[in-house]
Amino acid sequence: MKQVKTADITALVEQLCIEACCVITEDINNKFKSCLQTETSPLGKEILGTLIENARIAREERSPMCQDTGMTVVFVRMGQNVQITGGFIEDAINQGVRQGYEKGYLRKSVVKDPIHRENTKDNTPAVIHYEIVPDDVFHITVSPKGFGSENKSALRMLTPSEGVEGVKRFVLDTVSAAGGNPCPPIIVGVGIGGTMERAALLSKKALLRPLDTPNPDPSLASLEAELLTEINKLGIGPAGFGGITTALGVNILTYATHIAGLPVSVNIGCHATRHAEGGL
Amino acid sequence: MMDKRILCAPFSDETIRSLKAGDMVYISGTVYTARDAAHKRLCEMIERDEPMPFDFDGQAVYYAGPAPAKPGKPIGSVGPTTGGRMDAYSPTLIAHGLKVMIGKGTRGARVIDAMKQYTGVYFAAIGGAAALMAKCVESAEVIAFEELGTEAVRKLQVKELPVVVAIDCRGNDVYKLARES
Repeated sequence: MKQVKTADITALVEQLCIEACCVITEDINNKFKSCLQTETSPLGKEILGTLIENARIAREERSPMCQDTGMTVVFVRMGQNVQITGGFIEDAINQGVRQGYEKGYLRKSVVKDPIHRENTKDNTPAVIHYEIVPDDVFHITVSPKGFGSENKSALRMLTPSEGVEGVKRFVLDTVSAAGGNPCPPIIVGVGIGGTMERAALLSKKALLRPLDTPNPDPSLASLEAELLTEINKLGIGPAGFGGITTALGVNILTYATHIAGLPVSVNIGCHATRHAEGGL
Repeated sequence: MMDKRILCAPFSDETIRSLKAGDMVYISGTVYTARDAAHKRLCEMIERDEPMPFDFDGQAVYYAGPAPAKPGKPIGSVGPTTGGRMDAYSPTLIAHGLKVMIGKGTRGARVIDAMKQYTGVYFAAIGGAAALMAKCVESAEVIAFEELGTEAVRKLQVKELPVVVAIDCRGNDVYKLARES
């Protein structure tokens, strides 16, 4: 049985928090550059150029790309043959978040209670999702989620008769209603199927797929391409000032669902859609 | 690169009237940060007839909660937050003399009506370009509500902060214009 020490988990999470907030992923940076060539609005081009420059400064200075360094979402993929030693895994992850946000000069944006709203001052607790898999892998993805985009996300329980047309309409309506608020050009994560909470989780996980990796399911790949084209016709553009670059990508994940239901969740990611991953 | 128009804060009514939705401009001078919690407090102070922590006249409020400053730097990354969340408070502040707001995303009808009535302007800074905007800040000082942490009111001296006129004093809205064209 493989052993993973909690001290190593803490160190990994600390490092991933800082990296995710300061270093743009290569797929997004490449997409900025290709969109700069295709964008037709002069102001839109100006904004895309600014985002490329912002990403460069953040990377070189190790400063957060955005001041909203988010609520820390952590995905743990853990083999069933892994044993955690040295303490409770959840404490180790939260300690990593605490250290990362302090040492990385990241903003602490988490309040202890949604009603009374007192800041916890260390960005904990994280939102942690565990997935148990075979073998002995131990893998962590840290995805700090800003709320400019999170606030514009939505979920709807469609009926089966609404079908794929209903799904498309809901995705487009959600992006249209979000307008310039979620810091476009956005990445659109779509979760279809499962139950209510499974659809929501799928839509968040969908944001993690690199933009240059096609959906392995050809019919979903074509639905993604169609939705991206339609979204980019909405005219929202970079920062919402108009143009043809409203979204950089649409990523869909699906799951089995019930004969009576068609849950659809849309999780909107800002132009940085930050994430960093590593294993032990 | 388009022609660079630099505006010096605080703003005169004449300057505000010269701005039209969609113009890209650069702000130099003093701006004050305030976001959700500070707005709530300012409105409560107005209700109690207490003096404001700074003179609103022609001044700009920047909807921003910065990241912590690294040693030797005046401020951490500092981009705009969503202006719409301030909609509940802005008409009251505008009626008490506030003229200039900087945020991101569109605003509600009551805010736009107040801007038309009192000659106000709403700029959008570039959401998420916060590392770049931190480089425009020459100094930062907390002047009110220190206990709010990142949400405290800070007086910033900025140099050429890039913004777009999102809603002008005639009520033209760049976000609406973008969708219509």
